[in-house]
Amino acid sequence: MEREDLIKKENLVYSKTPLLTDTTMHYCPGCTHGVVHKMIAEVIEDMGIQEKTIGISPVGCAVFAYNYIDIDWQQAAHGRAPALATAVKRLNPYKYVFTYQGDGDLASIGTAEVIHACNRGENIVIIFINNAIYGMTGGQMAPTTLLGQITSTTPYGRRSDLNGFPLKMTEIVAKLDGTCYVTRQSAHTPQAVRKCKKAIRKAFENSMLGKGTSFVEIVSTCNSGWKLTPVKANKWMEENMFPFYPLGDVKDR
Amino acid sequence: MKGNEAIAYGAIRCGCDGYFGYPITPQSEIMETLMEQQPWESTGMVVLQAESETASINMLYGGAATGKRVMTSSSSPGISLMCEGLSYLAGAELPCLVVDVMRGGPGLGTIQPSQADYFQCVKGGGHGDYRLIVLAPASVQEMYDFVDKAFTLAFKYRIPAMILADGVIGQMMEKVELGPVKPRRSEAEIEAECGSWATTGKKPDRERNIITSLALEAPVQEKFNMKLIEKHRKIEENEVLYSTYRTEDAEHLIIAYGSMSRIAETVIDMAREQGIKAGLLRPITLFPFPKKEIEAFAQRVKTMLAVELSAGQMVEDVRLAVNGKIPVHFYGRYGGMVPSPDQILEEFKKNIN
Amino acid sequence: MKEEIIIAGFGGQGVLSMGKILAYSGIMQDKEVTWMPSYGPEMRGGTANVTVIISDSKISSPVLARFDTAIILNQQSMDKFEQAVKPGGLLIYDPNGITVHPSRKDITICTIDAAEESALLGNTKTYNMVVLGAFLKMKPVISMENIVLGLRKSIPERSHHLIGINVQAIETGINNVKIINKV
Repeated sequence: MEREDLIKKENLVYSKTPLLTDTTMHYCPGCTHGVVHKMIAEVIEDMGIQEKTIGISPVGCAVFAYNYIDIDWQQAAHGRAPALATAVKRLNPYKYVFTYQGDGDLASIGTAEVIHACNRGENIVIIFINNAIYGMTGGQMAPTTLLGQITSTTPYGRRSDLNGFPLKMTEIVAKLDGTCYVTRQSAHTPQAVRKCKKAIRKAFENSMLGKGTSFVEIVSTCNSGWKLTPVKANKWMEENMFPFYPLGDVKDR
Repeated sequence: MKGNEAIAYGAIRCGCDGYFGYPITPQSEIMETLMEQQPWESTGMVVLQAESETASINMLYGGAATGKRVMTSSSSPGISLMCEGLSYLAGAELPCLVVDVMRGGPGLGTIQPSQADYFQCVKGGGHGDYRLIVLAPASVQEMYDFVDKAFTLAFKYRIPAMILADGVIGQMMEKVELGPVKPRRSEAEIEAECGSWATTGKKPDRERNIITSLALEAPVQEKFNMKLIEKHRKIEENEVLYSTYRTEDAEHLIIAYGSMSRIAETVIDMAREQGIKAGLLRPITLFPFPKKEIEAFAQRVKTMLAVELSAGQMVEDVRLAVNGKIPVHFYGRYGGMVPSPDQILEEFKKNIN
Repeated sequence: MKEEIIIAGFGGQGVLSMGKILAYSGIMQDKEVTWMPSYGPEMRGGTANVTVIISDSKISSPVLARFDTAIILNQQSMDKFEQAVKPGGLLIYDPNGITVHPSRKDITICTIDAAEESALLGNTKTYNMVVLGAFLKMKPVISMENIVLGLRKSIPERSHHLIGINVQAIETGINNVKIINKV
């Protein structure tokens, strides 16, 4: 049997969603971003809302998210995505609006914007990629970096007396009256991906129900920043991240 | 009504889609008036009190990126916080309106009137090579009129526009004639005007629209910078606004903008009464600056005096235009002090003898 | 016609709102007006003053150093503004709390016991309207009819039942102003 004999429509078992563009991703092999991008693209396709969706990309590795998902995008200044999303949704209430932010963007420089958008109960979706490190700038400490974790600015491991404590944003926003759905997911196994995609879909659906803000944290890996192979990074995440950042719904109302 | 209130009415009546702001003296009446008028009940205009100036300016970015007419207002320290956002707005070529009702500085400074943000607002403020269209109102009527005018210019060139006022104009009350009400643009009208670039949701018949100011590659960025320069040149060619007062036979020219041009008009009358042939040139747009007009006056008059509520900022642009042909003097008050016509006249007379 | 007025006193005495009513009334009389406050962070208790210009023609500077009329309601303002009255101009003051009385001979000087008169009316909040009445008696630049229209415009609708007492206070001011020096 030749290769050409196999490539036939009737033999097709899988194809990527047309909402993912053909642009080659710049993410490192093993990075979680690509997986999450695909889930978001699939949710938008499944819901048939490509014409009604506006994405806000952050500063950080995902700054180029607009190159990969075929929807209208705005690229925000560092940390300000929830402010942009607030205005987009208020001025265009029939559009689906989501932000896609990393831990430096959301939990450090953009803390004020995310807290207040959640507290106002903006009817937006916030996707929070937590890989406990600044990826794009070269592996510096993030607010979510674990105690003892080695980064380029905590070369001897994060110390609470020097660097404070890892920040649990998800638990914080769950306390705010404006959020309706707060969950922590991962994307490192097929089961996890299925669960995570469901959570993302629910968050998107919420944004038309006037219930408030939906917040989806995805505990992720940064194998380049962590200086581990993709497989070892997943293992490190399971052993170190999950005990501190436990998976599951924190709030659903 | 007060100058600040006029801004609010101007916004509601010119079809503004959204206001996002944060309280700061001496301009808080703008948001207070909007909240009192509840335009979301009448025109559908969104009014939101944000958590900070930083958030406000980024809300403008989000709103402007969907083709809506959005605005904010603040005063000097708040504008400093917004400068990052202004640079991004300019970099993403987003039309919007920012109102600065200037107060004395630096730092927390005073809440009294000042014109010390000229450099910040006219020359940049944020990082990178960019310009804003800057309109300087001198009456409460102009506070009202310039809201629509600023939006029109902002959309014509896809550039942020600014109304640069000061505490005098913001807090002063005068008679205002309200222009006709312009409805907010419909979704279809926005699509027709801004559909080629705005993030209104990707349609099957077009590529996705991306609003960003990022261009990692230097040649790409340089090309974009050249595009901005060309845009600024066009604005300088077509949009200069200024007015003159008693300049026909003037031998000595005062140059002042905003509230100071009002005070200077009285100075001109007083000087004329004393037999001095004085006239006034008032730049209405600060960018574009009336360079050519000032250059032409430099051939005709003997001296110029720039009067500002600053330590000397606009005077630099006057001197550049005059290019050393005649003496350009400066008189400024700072820190929230406003000179009376008598004080300016005294200073004026010192320099012409 | 052009009348340049400074009203100065403590915040809480109704300085700014008196100016506002005068300005609105001027508009009702089809005049050009400007109302320019000197403002401070204090809502009450600090010194407050406002420049009101009423004119037949376009007004240039809203900020002035000399005035046709000064309405002075405390000692600090007396110290600051007595000399700012143009020769031949008018100075009206409430002698209550004034320790150093004005001494100029080249201007008309009047007093109005507004604190006492407004207390007699049973509403001390009408203090500023008693003062306004005194001014209107000396400088009838605005008709009473337009003053009432100005009041209606500047008083919020929920307080319109107080227009009567305010008009009464203005009349009290008109009837009780005392001329100390006349030029």
